[in-house]
Amino acid sequence: MSFRIAAAPHGHSQRRTSDMMRWVCYALIPGVLVQSYFFGAGVWMQIMLAIITAYVTESLCLVARNRDARSGLRDNTALVTAVLLAISIPTLAPWWIIVLGTAFAIVVVKHIYGGMGQNLFNPAMAGYVLLLVSFPVQMTNWLPPTTISQYDLTLWQTLHTILFEYTPAGYSVEQLRTTIDGITMATPLDTVKTALDQSYTLSEIYQRPQFSVLAGVGWQWVNLAFLLGGFILLQQRIISWHIPGGLLAGLLVPALLAHLFAPSIMPGPIFHALSGATMLGAFFIATDPVSAATSNKGRFIFGLMIGLLVWVIRSWGGYPDAVAFAVLLANLSVPLIDQYTRPKVYGHQSGGQNG
Amino acid sequence: MRDIKSFVDAGVIGQFPGGIHPPERKQPANAIPLRRLPLPAELVLPLRQHIGPSGECLVKVGDQVLKGQQLTEAHLSQGLPLHAPTSGVITAIEERPTAHASGLPEMAVVLTPDGEERWSTSQPLPDYRQQDKASLIERIQSAGIAGLGGAGFPTAQKLAPQKPIQYLIINGVECEPYICADDRLMREKADEIVAGMEILQFISSAEHILLAIEDNKPEAIAAMQEAIDGKQHISLRIIPTKYPSGGEKQLIELLTGQQVPHHQLPLDIGLLMQNTGTAYAVKRAIIDGEPLLERVVTLTGEQMTQPGNVWALLGTPIEHLLEQGGFKATKSPRVIMGGPMMGFTLPITQVPVIKTTNCILTPTSQELPAAGPEMACIRCGACADVCPASLQPQQLQWLAKARDYDALEQQNLFDCIECGACAYVCPSEIPLVHYYRKAKAEIRNIAREKAKAELARQRFEKRQQRLEREKQERLERHRKAAEARKKMQQEKQQATNENESQPAEANKKPAQDKSSAVAAAIARAKAKKAAQQAAEDHDPKDTSS
Repeated sequence: MSFRIAAAPHGHSQRRTSDMMRWVCYALIPGVLVQSYFFGAGVWMQIMLAIITAYVTESLCLVARNRDARSGLRDNTALVTAVLLAISIPTLAPWWIIVLGTAFAIVVVKHIYGGMGQNLFNPAMAGYVLLLVSFPVQMTNWLPPTTISQYDLTLWQTLHTILFEYTPAGYSVEQLRTTIDGITMATPLDTVKTALDQSYTLSEIYQRPQFSVLAGVGWQWVNLAFLLGGFILLQQRIISWHIPGGLLAGLLVPALLAHLFAPSIMPGPIFHALSGATMLGAFFIATDPVSAATSNKGRFIFGLMIGLLVWVIRSWGGYPDAVAFAVLLANLSVPLIDQYTRPKVYGHQSGGQNG
Repeated sequence: MRDIKSFVDAGVIGQFPGGIHPPERKQPANAIPLRRLPLPAELVLPLRQHIGPSGECLVKVGDQVLKGQQLTEAHLSQGLPLHAPTSGVITAIEERPTAHASGLPEMAVVLTPDGEERWSTSQPLPDYRQQDKASLIERIQSAGIAGLGGAGFPTAQKLAPQKPIQYLIINGVECEPYICADDRLMREKADEIVAGMEILQFISSAEHILLAIEDNKPEAIAAMQEAIDGKQHISLRIIPTKYPSGGEKQLIELLTGQQVPHHQLPLDIGLLMQNTGTAYAVKRAIIDGEPLLERVVTLTGEQMTQPGNVWALLGTPIEHLLEQGGFKATKSPRVIMGGPMMGFTLPITQVPVIKTTNCILTPTSQELPAAGPEMACIRCGACADVCPASLQPQQLQWLAKARDYDALEQQNLFDCIECGACAYVCPSEIPLVHYYRKAKAEIRNIAREKAKAELARQRFEKRQQRLEREKQERLERHRKAAEARKKMQQEKQQATNENESQPAEANKKPAQDKSSAVAAAIARAKAKKAAQQAAEDHDPKDTSS
């Protein structure tokens, strides 16, 4: 009789990387549903385009690197990258935007750095930044939420716009964003930034139609839905609280202090928490384990750094939102953070340094 | 010291970082009473059964031995003697496969039982408190007792230093899934275990005994509670179930709130830990005068139709245990010696039970699915979260794969206790412990090679010095010989001159001539020999030294 030889341990918890990635996708569902409610079904089309691009490029890369493409795709990491990038870009962005961004994320950011587990930067955010600096117009053309927009695009009109950059009736995205009064509707973060530059006070800005009780119309619900998804991830122990906790602390504490100090020009913590990509970034993007710090202390510092950078860039930078930039800058600091946040090894007096 | 005392006096349970909660699966084996097995056809007793060198064999093939008779002499301090687990005949002393993941053969005494169970003389010592401690330690040593919980460290050696011990910790935690040998022993032999604990306390002069049991063994807790009832010097500590809380360092942190400092032993902070099974063996050795001949082994796993705990004589082939456990092999069966976390699979079942064999686990692949293909590390940190030593397993894994041994040592690879928690949770199913073991072995090899090379260098340098010294001495000798020759020639010259001028001395000449000629010949021969030797010394083929 021949006996099977195996290395200890012989049991294994039944959660694999692919399951974790699948859970991330499930937890995104509430946010995407709300997003498609407020910004149209375009988000689903972007997701489809991104997934197709990701799977094609991932397979090509794996084959080119002499890896088994089928088992490589099964880990679902490309899926998560694709979905995250697709929901970060404007819903009516032309098709080549998402295809280019996803391909860049998979081929350059992930595989050229050595494939799964080796990438220094968060692939979705590196792809996003590439698109943002290369195609600023397409990447900032966010439609106003459908509830306050004068246009309500059908599925066909949405698809037509993504494919050909114009609606069947010939409207460009720019025209779709314009109200009856001829004013272009910007995102709440953008609106606040521009209006503050024009010396409006916050209380005046908040009177505009795209603002609601908490923050921007639509955006606040999208953020709350991603927050809900984040709680699902926490509950399922896919992520720990340290990165989102650090990020929200780094963003909201300075926001609160600044708001108390200058209430008319510094938006408060609720506005920051529920605007832009805050919740998506805190629970889904910054928590990418590959490009984040590894110890719990390190994770908290990593999150804190992202939050602080987001607040600084939103308040004084040239861009209305900053999650992608902040995440990439924090990715760069990860080796340093990891070096200094090693936990104390059992029986050693000081940290991991040769105690 | 003060800290530990106040912590223990408060009666609280501390925490250690990390740990996991795998399915415990102590059922059904823990519910079945301990049983004795029929004698196997032969017992295989490897000369080396524990940490430390093997002993010297006292018997030869064909010898009739009695139960409890000493078979080997432990001549070194680290060794332990071995005894005949039953009476019978020595049928072979040869290489046999051992209880090791490799199954590599080692020298073993093979005993064929005669079934008569005739005891050799034993010396019970119920009144051990009258003895001096050194003789009790000696008794434990000659009974061949090694730690029955884990690594099998000789118990006497742990007791020998006689440092001041504040707390004697008796480890009845048994945290690894499936294993319930100590559980069963505590349920059935509580009084004897307590007696053993008291002997250990007497020998170590420990102020107090802490008995630790995990809260998933309510029956064992109840049995021990009853046995220690009214004993003020023993406190029972019930600790929450978590793997690996039974690890020595982890249990110390749980019970005392202290960590054993790096490069130190529990002894250095006034603690001594012994396993419950060891306490039982100590009681049998001292009070009943029986050496260590058998131990409790858990037979479990869904491929066993008759699971349970059995008294297995040392040397019992695993084959025999499988038979007795009603092992029904399915496709590609696994036989694990030890538990699911730290045990190893056996390539063959003709290997014997040794002092540290606590469990034979035969799981089905539904029960403990085989590991899937290894995927890339995504740095999720799940391993670091569960590491009881607070290491960074993902970092160690990268370094181990890169063979960066210096960095591995700097990141304290050797503090890894190989509990397997990291590999258990790894979502990418990386066999992390396997990488660490390999790296540790390679680092040890490198250190050994280095030591060898250093020794060779020293030897080479010494040899060079010696050759140089000899050369100088030779030259000195040559110089002296040459001088002597020169002097002699001068004298001879002088003598001839004188002879010519003084013919009266002519009768002395032949004798003088003769002696100087002999001296010259000796000097010539010496010089020739020295030259030959010098040539030999410089011969490059000569590598004898």
